[in-house]
Amino acid sequence: MSRLRATGVAIWAGLALLAVGPVVLAAFSPYLAYRGPLYILGGFAGIVGLSLLLTQPLLAAGDLPGARGPDGRRWHRWMGWGLVACVAAHIVGLFVTSPPDTIDALLLVAPTPFSVWGVIALWSTVATAILVALRRRMEARIWRVAHNAVALLLVVATVIHAVQIEGAMEQVSKWALGLAAIAASALAVARLRILRPLLRRRARA
Amino acid sequence: MQTPFTSRRSFLASAGATGVALAAAGLPMPAIAQGLAPTQTMRGGSNNYRPGAPLVDRLGSGFWVRGRVRRAGDGALLQNVRIQIWAATTLGGEREPANHGSVMTDSEGRFALEMEQIVPNFGQPHAHLAYDDADFQTVFLRPVMPSPSDTSLATEFVLAPA
Repeated sequence: MSRLRATGVAIWAGLALLAVGPVVLAAFSPYLAYRGPLYILGGFAGIVGLSLLLTQPLLAAGDLPGARGPDGRRWHRWMGWGLVACVAAHIVGLFVTSPPDTIDALLLVAPTPFSVWGVIALWSTVATAILVALRRRMEARIWRVAHNAVALLLVVATVIHAVQIEGAMEQVSKWALGLAAIAASALAVARLRILRPLLRRRARA
Repeated sequence: MQTPFTSRRSFLASAGATGVALAAAGLPMPAIAQGLAPTQTMRGGSNNYRPGAPLVDRLGSGFWVRGRVRRAGDGALLQNVRIQIWAATTLGGEREPANHGSVMTDSEGRFALEMEQIVPNFGQPHAHLAYDDADFQTVFLRPVMPSPSDTSLATEFVLAPA
């Protein structure tokens, strides 16, 4: 039991380090002093959104002690809406700060190579929200495959978007969070959609 | 997106170096000079442009934006041409009026403006420069600094007659 508890503490500590660490380090960025409040807000909405991309697969797969099974999936749903709010705040904050740069990015004519990945991540988020709204009307198996495919695209696109940006985030913590989010998402999909059905089939045979 | 800029700049630099070398050697070079193509406006170059930035001696200290202005075709250095410059600096963002200023080119077609340190804005440390007057076609540049800790950047305008 104590070993279990130690594992639980280690998991939460690791998650806090990877997901909260980058937010804290960004809060110490010297660039913040030169930015307006809405630019800072928009930027941090993006950083928090990136952190949620690590938390989401862990919640869905029941990897977080104290938030397993239905509890984890309920948190996953709420955090999903939190992610939508982060994306909205990110875009609104950037738009108010510099309308032409934001419009260029949304119309895919910005000179910055990371913008296109941000827009892919945006539309993946919209697609996920629509899928969630349509969940009851879709066959469960199809819904899961669609949700996972769009979610994986969202995670990979967001990480590519984030690591190319020279901004308030500290580089090492940004890369660590990004790679952890991709790894956690890939592992969760592999376990839930490939490994578990295989084991179930074997158990039935 | 940085590649075309870098290659264009290196092309201009090498073309310029060739021209200087030939001029130094006292050779006529009409064929090469007539090939000098005008600078193309860069994507996003005109973002947060405020037309008619006031002529200033300086906008701050510590960061230099430098450049040269030439005429397309014969490559002649252009004197008394107004270049408008703006960027996000330690004073604030690109829309901050204190970050906008104009300078004129000297007899060698050169311009220079000292301003506060440019800081990354919307993901890249960059400046904006504009030629937007009557004699030549309008050009907006958006050079990106190789490193946010750079304390200067240099660029070049090759202008086509309006």
